[in-house]
Amino acid sequence: MSDTAAPASFVRDQIIAERPAPPSTVGPIGWARANLFSSPFNTVLTILAAAFIVWCLVPVIRFTIIDAVWTGDDRAACAQATGACWAYVKAFLPQFIYGRYPIEERWRVDLVYLLLVLMLVPMLIPRVPWKRLNGILLLTVYPLTAFVLLTGGHLGYRGSFLPADIVEPGPLRFAIEFALVAGVVLLATGFANWLAGSPAAQSGSTVAVVIAGLAVVFMVTGFDFGLVPVETSNWGGLLVTLVVAVTGMVASLPLAVGLALGRRSSMPVVRTASIAFIEFWRGVPLITVLFMASVMLPLFLPDGVTFDKLLRALVGVALFDAAYLAEVIRGGLQAIPRGQYEGAMALGLGFWQRMRLIILPQALRLVIPGIVGSFISLFKDTTLVAIIGLFDLLGQIQASANDAKWASPVTGITGYIFAAMVFWAFCFAMSRYAAFTERRLDRSRRR
Amino acid sequence: MAAGGHGADRRGSRTAGFINNPEVRGVLFQIAFLLVLCWLAWDIFDNTVRNLQKANIASGFGFLDRTAGFGIVQTLIDYNEAHSYGRALLVGLLNTLLVAGLGILLASALGFFVGVARLSSNWLVARIATAFIEIIRNIPLLLQLFFWYFAVLRSVPGLREKWTFLGIFHINIGGLHIPRPVFAEGATLVGAALLIGILAALIVARWGRKRLDATGKAPPSGWIGLALIVGLPLVVFFLTGRPISVDMPVFNDQGPLLRRGFQAGSGLTVIPEFFGLLLALSIYTAAYIAEIVRAGILAVNHGQTEAAHSLGLRQNQTLRYVIVPQAMRVIIPPLTNQYLNLTKNSSLAVAVAYPDLVSVGGTVLNQTGQAVEMVSIWMIFYLGLSLLTSYVMNIWNRRVALVER
Repeated sequence: MSDTAAPASFVRDQIIAERPAPPSTVGPIGWARANLFSSPFNTVLTILAAAFIVWCLVPVIRFTIIDAVWTGDDRAACAQATGACWAYVKAFLPQFIYGRYPIEERWRVDLVYLLLVLMLVPMLIPRVPWKRLNGILLLTVYPLTAFVLLTGGHLGYRGSFLPADIVEPGPLRFAIEFALVAGVVLLATGFANWLAGSPAAQSGSTVAVVIAGLAVVFMVTGFDFGLVPVETSNWGGLLVTLVVAVTGMVASLPLAVGLALGRRSSMPVVRTASIAFIEFWRGVPLITVLFMASVMLPLFLPDGVTFDKLLRALVGVALFDAAYLAEVIRGGLQAIPRGQYEGAMALGLGFWQRMRLIILPQALRLVIPGIVGSFISLFKDTTLVAIIGLFDLLGQIQASANDAKWASPVTGITGYIFAAMVFWAFCFAMSRYAAFTERRLDRSRRR
Repeated sequence: MAAGGHGADRRGSRTAGFINNPEVRGVLFQIAFLLVLCWLAWDIFDNTVRNLQKANIASGFGFLDRTAGFGIVQTLIDYNEAHSYGRALLVGLLNTLLVAGLGILLASALGFFVGVARLSSNWLVARIATAFIEIIRNIPLLLQLFFWYFAVLRSVPGLREKWTFLGIFHINIGGLHIPRPVFAEGATLVGAALLIGILAALIVARWGRKRLDATGKAPPSGWIGLALIVGLPLVVFFLTGRPISVDMPVFNDQGPLLRRGFQAGSGLTVIPEFFGLLLALSIYTAAYIAEIVRAGILAVNHGQTEAAHSLGLRQNQTLRYVIVPQAMRVIIPPLTNQYLNLTKNSSLAVAVAYPDLVSVGGTVLNQTGQAVEMVSIWMIFYLGLSLLTSYVMNIWNRRVALVER
């Protein structure tokens, strides 16, 4: 085997380097050939679609950007405009955010917005710890704080059920009533436990929580925080939209869990009542519910008890949403295998323990995307309160478009485009979050 | 202490046994629950009666016979101010059904189109469909309604001018002006012929299916059916001397300015409230239907397509005999839900003053103050519709559901 006498081989002993793929199958050109021009029909479709995009987008871009008016002080700036009147949105932006909330008190609204972000964002990021504490804060402390900050907390509650000739209405009557209620709750639990022959230790903490909760609610309603009261008729814009949406969500969730459990209960009375309740609210349009809340709710209440208009709408929205949410949660309950129920029973857990410790944590996690979807429709539905005369974001924009100072042919359409962008941003963010959670939860089932 | 403790324990355990018995507990809890419910219902009833007495409002549906005294801009049946509240509500109900029915047709057509487009292998088409769905679904319906009605339909030409599409659709601020069919004597015969044609076509289709099952050869029942549906009424139409004519909207663009515009009573005028509501409802619902259609088609296993191809079915046969029937099983239940949603959403008509049931009812409520009665009429109508639909759907579902072991 010398170097010089190497036999000429007919078989190549080295692999030829790969030749690059034909330029027409790779890169942007290849992609376009595969996805846009794969057949004559597809080519025609692509051309038609491109023409459609141009036909749609060009006027939109012209209207919202090129021809738009960005600065100005009154309608003179936009009277002759052929594009959007952003100057009007700029002028009305504070109104769109706060409504007619007094200017020097707006820091309270800002604080409420800020607290919401501070508590919600860590809740939504899966990796942040202390979810339980965060959730409790978000569902109990936050609503109370927001309530006090927004209204000023002047309920002036001075006790309700003790006759005035025994104790004068005032903080004293209120304290006595609180002591009475707490005593009755304690006694009732003690008696029930004694009857059932079980130690009171477990339920002791529950009772403590209930009493502490009552105390806090009474405190909030009776205490003077030194804030200027702001009537809800002065609220408006994004504030009302968010108040309706967030209160609807927070209030409807526990109600929905109760309804879903009730619908799957083995007790016929409870089941029938739950089904009737759910089907009733799901069968009627929200607008009639709101009408009912605004004209019929006052009739249902005893004499002298009046409800704020916003509160009436909130009651209607919460009940309506609870029915839809209950069906979502029922889906989750049904998806839990029977073995989980039986396993929990075999451990000797009672009904509520079973639900709280085993079933609901799994079921609720399973339907987070559905719950978020339900919240998205609730968020969109909040616009309907504009019909019964509340000024949510859409109502505020609708009202301001006819403002004499800014009225012009393009004011209205500009307002609607602005509202559409705001609502779209909120809803799209929520739906992306739902999709994200769905993918995350699906991981265990993917291979 | 010890003895007492024992006694208490034994007695405790006996009561405890009784109390902890799940059945006893269930009954006790249900009784308590029922009592609370009854008390709540009674309290509400009592308060309502007292409040109504105080406001001097007689309860009951007697007000339906009283004269309404308000006009309605769109009436499908004979109605004027002298008719009763009951008649006004009927007009509103028919208007609701009209906008819902047309909306369902339009939304289905657009929704199926967009849903299929989203699955297109053409990247651009699929993207456009996705963008449409994502934009429409994330914007409140009321906002879209305001947009169409206040922003778009208000920017069309005034009463003295018009825009024309395809030669027969004219639009201006007064609404959409389209040709109106006029039925003369004998038109009922044409209608009857159409009905008979449809029935005959159905029978032929059935016969064709049987024949296919028996012989393996499909007779051209589709063509025969089409000939029956189109041909029969046409023959009767000419035999009876053309009883159906078309009344075109007349537009005067000559003469003094104030005389210009559409001549009253000519053609059919679709009021802008109806048109705006119809647009908003059908576009909004179409986005949801598109997603349902897409999900339905994706739900059919790809193996089905492959199996159909390996059996020698062509692409269109695969679609028609294999994919669509199975996709429909997934599509129809949520689709009905969307139809119901559209019908319920048509109550947003009140925001643009289209005289539907809720809008007319609102006027009646304001005039009479009969809140309880009016709200219950609304609820009964919508609830009845929902329950009826879900009943029919359940029957249908039982028929087409997969029968497994």
